[in-house]
Amino acid sequence: MKALRLHRQFEAIWGTPPGWRGALTTVNHSTLGKRLMLTAFGFFLIGGVLAMLIRAQLATPHSAFVGPAIFNQLFTMHGSIMMFLFAIPMFEGFTIYMLPKLLGTRDFAFPRLTAYGWWCYLFGGSLLILAMLLGVAPDAGWFMYTPLSSKPYSPGINADFWLLGITFVEISAIVTAADIVVTILKLRAPGMSLDKMPLFAWYMLVTAMMMLIGFPPLILGSVLLELERAFDWPFFDATRGGDALLWQHLFWLFGHPEVYIIFLPAAGVVSTILPVMARTRILGYGWIVGAILALGFLSFGLWVHHMFAVGIPHMALAFFSAASTLVAVPTGVQIFAWIGTLWSGRPQMRLPMLYLLGFFFVFVMGGLTGVMVAVVPFDWQAHDTAFVTAHLHYVLVGGFVFPMLAGAYYWLGHLIGRQRQYTLGVTAFWLIFIGFNMTFFLMHVVGLLGQPRRIETYPEGLGWTGYNLLSSVGSFVLAFGIALFIIDLSLQFFHAPRTRRNPWGATTLEWAMMLPSPSYNIASIPNVDDRDPLAARPALALELARGEGYLGEPRHGWRETLAVETASGRLDHIVVLPGNTSLPIWTAAVTGAFFVAMLLGLYWIAPVPLIGVAVLGWRWAAVLGRRTDIGPLPLGGGETAVTHWEARDPPGWWGSVFVLLADATFFGSLLFGYAYLWTVAPGWPPPRLMAGSLIEPALGVIGAGLAVVGARAATRRLARDGEGHSGMAGAGLALLFGALLATALLRAPAPTGHAYHAVIAVMIGYALFHVGVALLIQIFVHRRGRAGYLSARRSAERRIATLWTDYGAASGVIVLLATHLPGLVA
Amino acid sequence: MDPAGPAAGAINTIWWVMLAGATAIFLFVTALLLLAFRPRASHDASVRRWIVGGGLIFPGVVLTALLTFALVVGERLLPRGDVPAVQVAAESSQYQWSFTQPAAGAGSIRTKGVLHIPAGRPVDVTLTSRDVIHAFWVPRLAGKLDAIPGHRNVLRIEADAPGVYQGVCAEYCGVGHAGHVFRVVAHDPAGWARFQREGGA
Repeated sequence: MKALRLHRQFEAIWGTPPGWRGALTTVNHSTLGKRLMLTAFGFFLIGGVLAMLIRAQLATPHSAFVGPAIFNQLFTMHGSIMMFLFAIPMFEGFTIYMLPKLLGTRDFAFPRLTAYGWWCYLFGGSLLILAMLLGVAPDAGWFMYTPLSSKPYSPGINADFWLLGITFVEISAIVTAADIVVTILKLRAPGMSLDKMPLFAWYMLVTAMMMLIGFPPLILGSVLLELERAFDWPFFDATRGGDALLWQHLFWLFGHPEVYIIFLPAAGVVSTILPVMARTRILGYGWIVGAILALGFLSFGLWVHHMFAVGIPHMALAFFSAASTLVAVPTGVQIFAWIGTLWSGRPQMRLPMLYLLGFFFVFVMGGLTGVMVAVVPFDWQAHDTAFVTAHLHYVLVGGFVFPMLAGAYYWLGHLIGRQRQYTLGVTAFWLIFIGFNMTFFLMHVVGLLGQPRRIETYPEGLGWTGYNLLSSVGSFVLAFGIALFIIDLSLQFFHAPRTRRNPWGATTLEWAMMLPSPSYNIASIPNVDDRDPLAARPALALELARGEGYLGEPRHGWRETLAVETASGRLDHIVVLPGNTSLPIWTAAVTGAFFVAMLLGLYWIAPVPLIGVAVLGWRWAAVLGRRTDIGPLPLGGGETAVTHWEARDPPGWWGSVFVLLADATFFGSLLFGYAYLWTVAPGWPPPRLMAGSLIEPALGVIGAGLAVVGARAATRRLARDGEGHSGMAGAGLALLFGALLATALLRAPAPTGHAYHAVIAVMIGYALFHVGVALLIQIFVHRRGRAGYLSARRSAERRIATLWTDYGAASGVIVLLATHLPGLVA
Repeated sequence: MDPAGPAAGAINTIWWVMLAGATAIFLFVTALLLLAFRPRASHDASVRRWIVGGGLIFPGVVLTALLTFALVVGERLLPRGDVPAVQVAAESSQYQWSFTQPAAGAGSIRTKGVLHIPAGRPVDVTLTSRDVIHAFWVPRLAGKLDAIPGHRNVLRIEADAPGVYQGVCAEYCGVGHAGHVFRVVAHDPAGWARFQREGGA
């Protein structure tokens, strides 16, 4: 009965209130995760309908179903939706729902950011769908090559919808990635050292790190292209020192890791389900972790293999070709670890296993054609043909959709609390499997026969007709399969009986709770000393429900969970998470207002929502914190720990570190772009360099030095005396800001003349923004100190301010040097 | 693929080798998967055999062999100075191809939508673009290469025998992309001499 009492009490603290208010203000990860998955599935269906229209058009030669203008919108939107609005959000949603449960914790490290990410995704995605309904959908292809996507060749608003809508969605991806990384590193059950984490957490740790490093180049590219379209800053215009290839480098710097970003979470699902289906443990845990890390690193060294046909020096081709084939090795390690796991166990052919076999069949074939197109001479033939279309669908549908379908059936009971009853899922599998292979296998053949991608019509007599027709028929079979899957799931949802607690006999922590999962996940937090906690302690679920673990007794209405030391998993402190709030939806709406203002060309209004975001961001931080020290608190089992307000490295500090990592990648990509244009683009060196000066860099270096030293001095004083003002840091930042502003106003040439001028303008803008943010944060912390929120123990905000100050100072100095030095040297 | 030139021929060879290898690997992996489901007494869980053998050594050996083979073949496809090649400038635009090459005497010949070349001799096509990115591709003769504003790329093609070959733009370039096609006419020596004299008229 104690379990029931605890359930009621925790539900009151963690639950989402009924009605609209609750729906708009919830920050609960289970609710948000399910929402994200449902929305992503909705976008998947829209993308799927577009694919059917594409296949309808291509079924016969000389088809007059849609014209080229519509067809171009169809394939652009199909690709963009499937990549940005389906695949990434789908695994994000799954992760948001599942990760805390696997880690034995109660929510994400930043619940309000989770909610903000969801709203940004919804609003950004809706912008793109709106564009489609208005008939002005993007039409320059999902990789938006310049100059086709530049103003002269895409004068309409279509491309702006893509650039702004996708960037909006990417913000959601970045914050979610930071959320995931910090949650994995800090919010695990005590005792769960890194080497005892469930494999899925390893997959997501690497995936989220890749998102933090991989998405900024795309965001930078989109920002630059939008600046070119809106204000005529010629980053990609070859007649004014720009280069169309800069876009391709930035895009594929994102675009290739993206493939692994999509594959790795799905591989994590395979590694989780497969051992359960085989009634054994995974073979080669350490090897798989190594393979995941290797894939993460290698995936950033391959982007050029999307550009084998742009005229790259031969040695570079050989290097990227070798790197591209090399990536097959860690993939091979995983495949053979999975097969070995099956051999070492007693596999059962249950429904998730059937989908996993579909995954193996399709994905291995996609991997093999991937090795083929990594071979440069063959790629020169296959590149931009239907062969590549076939290859990428084998990789992405095989490597993502099939594992996710397996996951859907495996975790169905967890999500809806019902058990699977009907055999429709088997029929659906065969329709999907046969339909998919029929559609895409034949595309390999027509591709080799010379059919390029992205053509809306073709003549007969080339031998393509029969293949295209069969391919289109296959796509309809596939669609029937998906429809049957939906019907099956709906039937289970409405009619099936309740499920047992751990229906598959799995050994991971997500099954140690009642189903469907309650809002707080677990009534108490376990101590984990095994990779398969439920194998060692089958009764764990009941113990936890009775509150026999940590934090088993609610207090103060707090949303409490535990943080651990990053590597060892030793208990470190108690985290009190923020509750439901309307801040995320407001912040997302105001962020959206900025994008809409840009989209409509209301550039003079656009700064207003930006100020709004700053104000809301201020409030976001200001509503947290405490004015008194409380010291260590009991958490059950005779143990105590301090709260995150007084912890040495609370999640907020880590969050800043990883957001700054993404930011640094953005800045690094900008510097790369600068160096790339300088060395490769036509029309360089620029006709006239900016007249450099020693004055601004000197002032900037002094300012940066003051800021960095001042921030540290303030932190030391806070630790010693319990109060620390930061006048020196603020003054230093202000000086640096002034030096940058002087450079912008007095020396920088008009950005429209040459790509060099435009890059200088963007670099100075970037530095001004970051020095400004650092200054704001210093002011914020200064005021927090005055209001009593800081003490010798409660010093995290001060140290977070130091992080941002260091970053602002470093970026300011680098920009001053990079802009002034060339003119001085010359 | 029906290759009609040395480059396309070499690529064709690579393709058949890779297809054979890929099919063998695919069947091998599928067999291993299905065999896992047969009832059996022993449950083999050797990390060394599965992961080191299957995951590291097996792809390592296959890929090294493939890369070496492809690199050697690929080297032969590049334009080189040691064989005198016919020079053609190809300028692409939305949605047309125009080709310029020296005439027999002085001056040059400019053709639209049709590229004339001699059969049996290497031709270096210098690719440029007037507007957006296009790609020059004659599937039966050679691989493809992009034509990018502000850049000059050189693609070597060669037709083994006289005839007409279809060429397409392989990089999506806008609403007229599907119709952005051209023909390559490969002449025998007499026809080539006549073309150079009369400009294909």
